[in-house]
Amino acid sequence: MIRFEDVSVTYDGAAGPTVRGVDFEVPEGELVLLVGPSGVGKSTVLGAVSGLVPHFTGGTLRGRVTVAGRDTRTHKPRALADVVGTVGQDPLAHFVTDTVEDELAYGMESLGLAPEVMRRRVEETLDLLGLAGLRSRPVAALSGGQRQRVAIGSVLTPHPQVLVLDEPTSALDPAAAEEVLAVLQRLVHDLGTTVLLAEHRLERVIHYADRVVLLPAPGAPPIVGTPAEVMAVSPVHPPVVALGRLAGWSPLPLTVRDARRQAAPLRERLATSTAGSHADTAAGSRAAGAMGVPPLERSREWGRVGAAAPGERRQANPPPPRTGARTGTGTGRRSLFRRRSTLSPEAPQAPHPPQTNIAEIHALSVRRATIDALRHIDLTVTPGETIALMGRNGAGKSTLLSCLVGLVPPTRGTVRVGGAEPHRTAPPDLVRRVGLVPQDPRDLLYADTVAEECAAADRDAGAAPGTCRALVSELLPGITDDTHPRDLSEGQCLALALAVVLTARPPLLLLDEPTRGLDYAAKARLVTVLRGLAAEGHAIVLATHDVELAAELAHRVVLLAEGDVIADGPTAQIVVSSPSFAPQVTKILAPQRWLTVTEVREALA
Amino acid sequence: MTPADRGPHLSSRRIAVHPGAWWIWALALGVGATRTTNPLLLALLISASAYVVATHRTPTPAARAYTAFAKLAFAVLLIRLVFAVALGSPIPGTHILFTLPEVPLPHWAQGIRLGGKVTAEALVFAGYDGLKLATLLICVGAANALAGPARLLKSLPGALYETGVAVVVALTFAPHLIADVQRLRAARRLRGRPDRGVRGLLQVGLPVLEGALERSVALAAAMEARGYGRTAEVPAGVRRTTAALTLGGLLGVCAGTYGLLTAEGGTYGIPLLLAGVAAALAGLRLGGRRSLRTRYRPDPWDARAWLVAGSGTAVAALLSLAAARDPDALHPGVVPLVAPALPLWPAAAILLALLPAFVVPQAPQDPKEPS
Repeated sequence: MIRFEDVSVTYDGAAGPTVRGVDFEVPEGELVLLVGPSGVGKSTVLGAVSGLVPHFTGGTLRGRVTVAGRDTRTHKPRALADVVGTVGQDPLAHFVTDTVEDELAYGMESLGLAPEVMRRRVEETLDLLGLAGLRSRPVAALSGGQRQRVAIGSVLTPHPQVLVLDEPTSALDPAAAEEVLAVLQRLVHDLGTTVLLAEHRLERVIHYADRVVLLPAPGAPPIVGTPAEVMAVSPVHPPVVALGRLAGWSPLPLTVRDARRQAAPLRERLATSTAGSHADTAAGSRAAGAMGVPPLERSREWGRVGAAAPGERRQANPPPPRTGARTGTGTGRRSLFRRRSTLSPEAPQAPHPPQTNIAEIHALSVRRATIDALRHIDLTVTPGETIALMGRNGAGKSTLLSCLVGLVPPTRGTVRVGGAEPHRTAPPDLVRRVGLVPQDPRDLLYADTVAEECAAADRDAGAAPGTCRALVSELLPGITDDTHPRDLSEGQCLALALAVVLTARPPLLLLDEPTRGLDYAAKARLVTVLRGLAAEGHAIVLATHDVELAAELAHRVVLLAEGDVIADGPTAQIVVSSPSFAPQVTKILAPQRWLTVTEVREALA
Repeated sequence: MTPADRGPHLSSRRIAVHPGAWWIWALALGVGATRTTNPLLLALLISASAYVVATHRTPTPAARAYTAFAKLAFAVLLIRLVFAVALGSPIPGTHILFTLPEVPLPHWAQGIRLGGKVTAEALVFAGYDGLKLATLLICVGAANALAGPARLLKSLPGALYETGVAVVVALTFAPHLIADVQRLRAARRLRGRPDRGVRGLLQVGLPVLEGALERSVALAAAMEARGYGRTAEVPAGVRRTTAALTLGGLLGVCAGTYGLLTAEGGTYGIPLLLAGVAAALAGLRLGGRRSLRTRYRPDPWDARAWLVAGSGTAVAALLSLAAARDPDALHPGVVPLVAPALPLWPAAAILLALLPAFVVPQAPQDPKEPS
């Protein structure tokens, strides 16, 4: 259906080809996953299928791409519109009309289908994607998952034989992602649609793929094979594969179910090794940041939250994060003592006395237009603590972060950050108390070069000249001064924005959806950086859909739903009790409580 | 299952009246408003249109334009009054309300006065005049609220469709730009810079434009990939005829309009205009052959549309007639100052504008979705 014959693409002004030697074929009715680190040209390969590369983007394409027998050299994208449906990374940029129903019809109108056919297909597609109730809604009023489904629906109505999707789930919460992937699955199975999709979050999609095309490095030829074959060698892989490789499982499992079948011996080994000291050291190093907080105070905070899982409520005095939860109450208490004694020398060195909270939110409610974005939220953030805010798209995570940084004034209740009310504090003063890296880090960057950006950040923060540049070099080695911020990759942009925010050394650092568009390597670097900051005493609050990130990083998870806090507690307890928020390692090794591959590796070492 | 059984959410679309009918109705009311300065009649016009808007406004963002237009109308009225107070008025009046200190102006500014006596007559006259303009603006706002301009543009003939899409995309550009400016000004706060004031606005200008450009390019790519601009092959003869008809028609329209507006051209004006319009329409129709497009659920021009458009036109026609036959009732005098009377027949004519409120069924409230 799609055939690449020795394709290489060179963009105008680029030193070398972005992709080279791409030569593979996608047979009809297959779901093929395109994987690789950031910047290897996945979007270029996808664009070549719809003809947007090179007709729209410019550049030179050598070799030949044929889709359903049509050569993209002689067919413009508009001439391929009836066989290829393309959905880009941002569904909002894809919408031409303003209501759901018109959007579904738009492609068919362009192709000149008969009105009766259009009407029938719109109704069918509304049902297929579960959009019937939203048909007359304005597209701007939809949630992220709904938008993505409308975008897919809008390219489905002309009945294309090929569907091309660029990161369809990266902006979605786990449940919405499942929804979108279920639709794709159904298209492949019921309609025989050929699907080619690129995605960073492999843990979500790998088990749906029939075959995987791996672009290992920029300009390197792709490796094509079954998911298990490719994952065995891929530099990017989901946690289930990492665990499989660690444990030496063969065949390599791709799903939690397959992994669980092979996991019994590993569980036994882990159970014996937990009795030793390994797990404690691992947990101790992970939770080091949270140590300055007396357990009593933390338990009081959690006790206030009513909706936690029943198991948590029964414990009158829940153990501090992570350690006790893993091996039952008995060992928990033991390790708690040990851990506190090993870490107590550190407590006096902490930059803030343990008793002061960096941020206190009391009975906060926010009303936006006619919607209660937040309802009666209580939250305290202590130094050195990392909190993950999780919940559906639109649950109020970003609003809560905006309140903490004073962008949104509270309707009722109080917010205090470092003793000041953020929305009444002057910006130059506020940046020394709290810093936010917004969802799109590019919003923070104005200057033409990295050097100017750094100089401006030093001035804004009143820091010594060179402070920001030093941070950039630390977070992002090898970036030259004259690079334009818009030329940076997603991960590099994030690092630069983080450096800009950190220049003022705010004790409270907020990140909104930091892993959107990051590959596993960039994510691992981010995790290292954030852990380092937490160990220095920075409190970190991150809003994220990425359960693996929360498992790696957070001491505490706060779940939001429709503006309410529905759970608040140590990461291990919260994520283990929720099927949609549990990371893969937890699911595989349940009932033991492990969160990340790193932990398992350290325990086995 | 026929589409009609599909539940209540369908009906909002099925009962929709052709957007052109709403625009004709609203603009005709505006034309009616220009025929009179009687504040009672104007107030009646505003109330009638407001009632229809209140019952039939669409739940789209364009509907919010009504409030904006109402505010603008109020501002226009105020400005007109302020000018009358500050700059004086040619209306001779005897009821002096108060006297402002007069600013002496150089001789070349003769005829302009700053300050001085403010008479009740001048104020009332300015108020009537301002109210007329305000009513006109409110009528345009009503058109926006009842059928957004985007919906109207969708009803363009096939040959103009692509231009229409371009205009619709351009129309959504401004709201996006405003949202961007707000987001980036908020981001300035995160950098520790003041987020208010003109300087803040200027500094985000470049990033906002860059972002808008990027979005436009992304949208263009999406439209291209979805088949925007696919055309059918047409014989060269048809293409040439189309061009000749369209250009000739437009020339005819221009010449005809000129003839109508000049005193000498009374004889050839109207026939030339009509011929031009006919040729241009034929050209458009022929040009539509190049376009492959079909239209999804076009708004039908049905009996309701006739009633809506007809009621508006009737108001305009009757008010024009009344203005010709009984100008005194429609333009209450200010010298001497009298209370305006409500002329019965024109008032009854304005009530015709309420017809749509009763013949067009109301759209159901947007149902709350479970998902």
